[in-house]
Amino acid sequence: MIPNLTLVIQGLAFFAVVLMVMKLGWPHIIAAIEDRQNKIAEGLSQAEKARKELADADARVADEIRKARAEAMQIIDKAHQQAAQIVDKARQDAIVEATKQKAIAAADIEAQAHKAREELRGKVAALAVAGAEKILKREIDANAHKSLIDQLVTEI
Amino acid sequence: MATEEAAGSVNMTEYIQHHLHHLQLSVGDGAFMTINLDTLFFTVLAALTFLVLFVRVARRSTAGVPGKLQCAIEMVVLFVDGLVKETFHGKSRMIAPLLITIFCLVFLMNFLDLLPIDLLPWAWASGHSLAGHDPAHAYLRIVPTADLNTTLGMALAVFLLIQYVGIKNKGVGKFFGEFLTAPFHAEGIVGKVLLVLPNLLLRLIEECVRPVSLSLRLFGNMYAGELIFILIAVMTLGSSLGTFSTWPLGLAQFLADFGWTAFHILIITLQAFIFMVLSLVYLSMAAESH
Repeated sequence: MIPNLTLVIQGLAFFAVVLMVMKLGWPHIIAAIEDRQNKIAEGLSQAEKARKELADADARVADEIRKARAEAMQIIDKAHQQAAQIVDKARQDAIVEATKQKAIAAADIEAQAHKAREELRGKVAALAVAGAEKILKREIDANAHKSLIDQLVTEI
Repeated sequence: MATEEAAGSVNMTEYIQHHLHHLQLSVGDGAFMTINLDTLFFTVLAALTFLVLFVRVARRSTAGVPGKLQCAIEMVVLFVDGLVKETFHGKSRMIAPLLITIFCLVFLMNFLDLLPIDLLPWAWASGHSLAGHDPAHAYLRIVPTADLNTTLGMALAVFLLIQYVGIKNKGVGKFFGEFLTAPFHAEGIVGKVLLVLPNLLLRLIEECVRPVSLSLRLFGNMYAGELIFILIAVMTLGSSLGTFSTWPLGLAQFLADFGWTAFHILIITLQAFIFMVLSLVYLSMAAESH
């Protein structure tokens, strides 16, 4: 059986249809497919971008937290230092004040002692005079012997 | 002139009959015990094409940007899946895969109708004569859906699935109960008893008509399409370039063949779609209670 004209014409008609489909139908199908591909690619890239942004934000937040923590540590350190300084200063002030008070007290005591000594000296002088009076059994002129007695007082 | 026309008409009748004859294998006594080898072969071919294409794409499918083939198959799958989700409310996971298979398989089988009607039979006959056989007995019909056996077989498979889905979704009692109580409902025991017979008859007719109409619709369309291709081919049958009438007839054949092939693209797609949608509708009706 040889191929006859009928088959040839059928073949031509078939290829004509194929051509028509290629020219008219196929582009639409391919366009729809490519549209879908593009949509999927776009969606995927957007998801990727969002994920990256999220990671960036996370990193930024972690960074901020670290920085804030470091700052806080610094502040605390500084505060500690300041507190130590204040305590030191207070201690020094107290020492100075105490020294001063001690000096004042010492001076006061010295003055009191001096005064007491003077008083005692006066009383001793008086006593000495009275004793001498009794010893001499006679009235001595206080005024005549005052220089003598004063000398005695300074000697005591 | 008269003898020539008579010879031509005999030739034409022989041609048409030859084209409408299946490649058959007799496996027993009687016409029933016959196997249409060509139908089986091209059905298996279509099924293998479908399986290889879909399984390969499914295996290689990527969650990233899909290739063009994967894209096309995804579009088919999504389309059918959407249709099923809209229509089918019962519980069954096999409906969408079943319908995709029906659609693709019927489409691929129908698609063979677009090939030049003489191409494969001619190749087959050539092979026959090369092997030393008589090419007059080299029968071949390549469109499986233009064979009532194929379409009826598919329709019966769908029929069985309809019953299965019905029983699975409603339970045995309700499924067979509806044979007697639907579609006509009545209040009271007397009315119910009266309506048992009409309900049963209507249901039986309905169930029997479905596979018949489903198979005949597809078969009729494909058979008629094939027949028209054959009739178009007859225009230049046995003519030679020396005869003047060959030229206008040849042109007419070309145009008619072109037009019918182009139109047939719509028909094969539409018939595949209709077969699928009707299966879906029947299955949905079976899954829903009345």
